[in-house]
Amino acid sequence: MNTLFWDRETETLTRPRLEQLQLARLQETVRRAALRVPFYQRALAEIGLKPDEVRSLADVQRLPLTTSDDLRSQYPAGLLAVPPDEPVRLHTSSGTTGKPKAIFFSKKDIDNAGELMARSLVATGVTRQDVFQNMMSYGLFTGGLMMHYGAEKIGCLVIPSGPGNSERQLMLMQDFGTTAAHILPSYALYFAGFLEQRGVDARRDLAWRKAFVGAEPYTEETREKIQQALGLKVFNSYGLTEMNGPGVAFECSHQCGMHLWEDHFLLEILDPKTGAPLPEGQCGELVLTTLQREAMPILRYRTRDITRLLPGPCPCGRTHRRVDRITGRSDDMLIVRGVNIFPQQIERVLMAHPQIGRNYVIVLEGLDDLTVQVELAPAAFDGNVEHVADLQHQLTEKLKAELWVRPTVNLVPAGSMPVAEGKARRVIDKRSL
Amino acid sequence: MNLVAVFAENKPGQTARITKILADAEVNICWVTIANSGSFGVMKFLVDKLDVAVRQLKEKGLMVSLLEVMAVEVADTPGALQAVADCLGRHHINLANCSGFVAHNRAILILEVHELAQARQVLQAEGLKLVSQEEMLKL
Repeated sequence: MNTLFWDRETETLTRPRLEQLQLARLQETVRRAALRVPFYQRALAEIGLKPDEVRSLADVQRLPLTTSDDLRSQYPAGLLAVPPDEPVRLHTSSGTTGKPKAIFFSKKDIDNAGELMARSLVATGVTRQDVFQNMMSYGLFTGGLMMHYGAEKIGCLVIPSGPGNSERQLMLMQDFGTTAAHILPSYALYFAGFLEQRGVDARRDLAWRKAFVGAEPYTEETREKIQQALGLKVFNSYGLTEMNGPGVAFECSHQCGMHLWEDHFLLEILDPKTGAPLPEGQCGELVLTTLQREAMPILRYRTRDITRLLPGPCPCGRTHRRVDRITGRSDDMLIVRGVNIFPQQIERVLMAHPQIGRNYVIVLEGLDDLTVQVELAPAAFDGNVEHVADLQHQLTEKLKAELWVRPTVNLVPAGSMPVAEGKARRVIDKRSL
Repeated sequence: MNLVAVFAENKPGQTARITKILADAEVNICWVTIANSGSFGVMKFLVDKLDVAVRQLKEKGLMVSLLEVMAVEVADTPGALQAVADCLGRHHINLANCSGFVAHNRAILILEVHELAQARQVLQAEGLKLVSQEEMLKL
């Protein structure tokens, strides 16, 4: 496989050279934060740390952590390190509860975010010949715009179709020969069903060969389901508004973990309870420090995302280390009857079942009742009520074995559940605890 | 004999929604049964225009399947159902579903079994009359 690079020099820097670069940028970031951001000024003063005491990369552990609550507490002013008239863009993170987080970008920050996206897309094999349909929402959500910039930088024909309106999406794909698309995983599954219903065979009738999915947690089983249903390659990506949006880490064409762009972000994997650094290969919370952010540098941001560093080099030759798919967001964890449950555990069981369709929702109600409502795959219905009841029983048992809590499984007809245009709402908590 | 089976949620309004599609397509329902199992149900119809019914229901986004069953005519006397059940039982054929009615002095049983071909054979050997789809529609 011929590896493509957007910025070969940076992407293949030797580790010592990359770490040298990281240290210089970390020192500069801490200096600027201490000088210009009152929030960090206070935090550093509190622990009595002077910026010039950061002498090695390991010294990052002496810096204060930043939590999402810290960012919320700074709403709407943000943690600006530049004069208030300097930023050219505001994004807010999709806060599901309370105030969002205000994230400001300078011109250079926006350009850098686009660069990282271009780097990420090229790593998967995207070239200027590609027709890129951006089926994500534009707006306060960073995903749509940043991906757009990246694809445009490469020279793709970008179709800013936004989400929803499957009829029109299909028309654009057919008329303009879309080869790559950025899409929510839940929408990709729905769209596959839509194509089936239209009698469109994606492999035969469409030129679509690559999908970039993100913005919602999803499992490896879901990726496989999307790849199978649409006959294309799905690339995992990782990003968050606090760190520019998408393109913090991206899979290359080898699809074996996501390269985290270490010239822009200093990564740590910490024990979420004790904050102690964890060795390579061990799962913990991903903590990121921006290394090139102008408008709003963030030190040691606790992402709440659980992942691990993958050992060894990647065959593609990039030296930036790889993180594994996010196995859970500590925020997503549900506690049902005293048991910790990650929605991804449920998804994994459901998506591994060929008779199960593509849409599901987890409902918590009453005192502590867990109901999983899930669509039956169209081909799974043979008119026999017993077969459906058997399947329901099997799923209940499999989920019970996985979760240690017995759920109620409700099978519903394919297509009967609403499809979200933004992030799919997979958990509905109606408990009156 | 083929029935149209429709998978639906077990909640108010579902039967009305499905039968409206059939009514609008001018499909006549000759026989119907609904089997519920918790959150879902399966409605089974014997209709005069099978193809139209399947096409219209699918177009409206419903999950539809054809379900092959058999119709047997029995004597309208005590012990008639027992004779059928006994015959199937002796041949280890499980009766998955059964319904019956009397129309114009003819007693009809509709049977759902997994081993259809074998069931047909053993019932005919007992001298029972199988009723075809065409005949059912003319009852």
